[in-house]
Amino acid sequence: MPRSTGRRPGGMTLAERILAGAAGRDRVAAGEFVMASVDLAMVHDIFADQVFEHLLASGVDRVWDPDRIAVVIDHLVPAPSAAAAEVHGRIREHVRRFGIDRFFDAGRGICHQLLPETGSVRPGMLIVGTDSHTTTHGALGAAGTGIGTSDMAYVFATGRLWFRVPETIRFDLVGALSPMVTWKDVILHIAGTFGADVAQYRSVEFAGPAASKADVSGRLTMCNMAVEIGAKFGMFAGDAVTAGYLQARGGMPAEVPVADPDATYSAVHEVSLSELDPQVALPHSVDRVRPVSEVEGLHLDQAFIGSCTNGRIEDLEAAAQVLRGREKATGVRLLVAPASADVHRQALESGAIEVLLKAGAIVLPPGCGPCFGGHGGLLGSGERCIGTHNRNFLGRMGSPQAEIYLASPQTVAASAVMGQITDPRRLEATDGSAVA
Amino acid sequence: MEPLDVRKLHTLESLDPGFASGVRPGDVVVAGKNFGCGSSRETAPEGLLALGVGCVVAGSFARLFLRNAVAIGLPVIQCTGASEAFDQGDQIEVELHTGRVRSLGTGVVLAGEPLPEEMLEILAAGGILALLRAQAERAGPSG
Repeated sequence: MPRSTGRRPGGMTLAERILAGAAGRDRVAAGEFVMASVDLAMVHDIFADQVFEHLLASGVDRVWDPDRIAVVIDHLVPAPSAAAAEVHGRIREHVRRFGIDRFFDAGRGICHQLLPETGSVRPGMLIVGTDSHTTTHGALGAAGTGIGTSDMAYVFATGRLWFRVPETIRFDLVGALSPMVTWKDVILHIAGTFGADVAQYRSVEFAGPAASKADVSGRLTMCNMAVEIGAKFGMFAGDAVTAGYLQARGGMPAEVPVADPDATYSAVHEVSLSELDPQVALPHSVDRVRPVSEVEGLHLDQAFIGSCTNGRIEDLEAAAQVLRGREKATGVRLLVAPASADVHRQALESGAIEVLLKAGAIVLPPGCGPCFGGHGGLLGSGERCIGTHNRNFLGRMGSPQAEIYLASPQTVAASAVMGQITDPRRLEATDGSAVA
Repeated sequence: MEPLDVRKLHTLESLDPGFASGVRPGDVVVAGKNFGCGSSRETAPEGLLALGVGCVVAGSFARLFLRNAVAIGLPVIQCTGASEAFDQGDQIEVELHTGRVRSLGTGVVLAGEPLPEEMLEILAAGGILALLRAQAERAGPSG
């Protein structure tokens, strides 16, 4: 395809706006290749050591800007093996050598939770991470995407990287969520309806009247899972809700990019929230989604509440609301991993941790936990787990003879109580009032 | 993780157990849709490169596989219809800067997507780290 001059009628999508800004251009159009300046580059303990080693092996002894790099130890927390401990030790040395202050050691939390929490993400930023779920930061109007370790070493050295400007698909969200139905259910519904590759190589914009009412926690869940429908970026444009979140975290930037009203989209889909039921993704793909009623009754061995998808205070509170005055069923392991130390503290203060412990939960350290199969609650053959995380691929949490179901915190909590997959609306609040 | 010399022998084995032993340097892998799907690590294209594969031509690529392939110096060309137009054993010629894919036997020519300057520079250097090293050397000590 010939290199586009960008002279296409109409305005720019959010991705085009952000990449144009990052490339120092007035306009870019989907299909073009640009050399862009990166605002924030993040690595975690699975890849950080490799990235720094690549850098040193390439004869580079300084990073382009230590203030634009974040290093997080979150996947293996605390070190579950001597090998992991060695890797963590090397990461700490590299961080010292390269003068990186934005270093979150074991126990601070999950990378995609820490960056928004600490005000490191703002609308309009271009963010790269050695992690697929870097799309999470689109919740705050930033373009975030995953890259490999060699690409990341190049970014660490130069602060720049080539990108192809993606086309954009927009989901116009209308209506309102019913009680006990959440943004996790919305993104599962979208994955199930449109498929795991609907947004392949594309940027996704979440827009429409319901989008503007979504809280930041819900937006983080939606954008976190945008990569599961193939998206390169998944974004809510910065707005009043974003401003409210950032108020105590450094505030909004001077310019907040939004899509032009006459931008070109490769597809626009309307998604209605009002009739939506709680959803569950069945093994072994994220787009194999059914309303919970179709899978109720399936026996469970483990229930997991946590991850960068749904490990925030809002998620722990939602689970606590279902679990208050109740205990988990015998034979189910209930694991709870707060997404950050701050979330853990907030949940302690609010009483949520007490509710969870009384329900029989095992509270894990702030980190990725069993989500990716590293440690902290893996599955044996024949076991079935329901969790609030984002991937249920075969073997992801241990045995390839185990099954993983994905759902909202409420659905997972209700299922833990009953020992089987359960529609959370079946459980009344323990004070007898209507649920939610 | 096993050394690359061992890992490369398992490349594409679930598709074709004889693949690794049958590949000759310069061979082109031709594929259909979404080649590399589910892969996010450089290990995937590394195996192909280590076996001497000269290029991958596919109807479409999974995004991160394509990025990682370029980053390690494995040329990739997106070309609709390639898997239908060519058969195993065909001799083909691939022009990276034009995207032209031509069968030397039948003369069939397909117009794939040309690679942009940015990618050609990375591939010519032998990968993005090689490019980085060359840039660092040109810049002199301490950049």
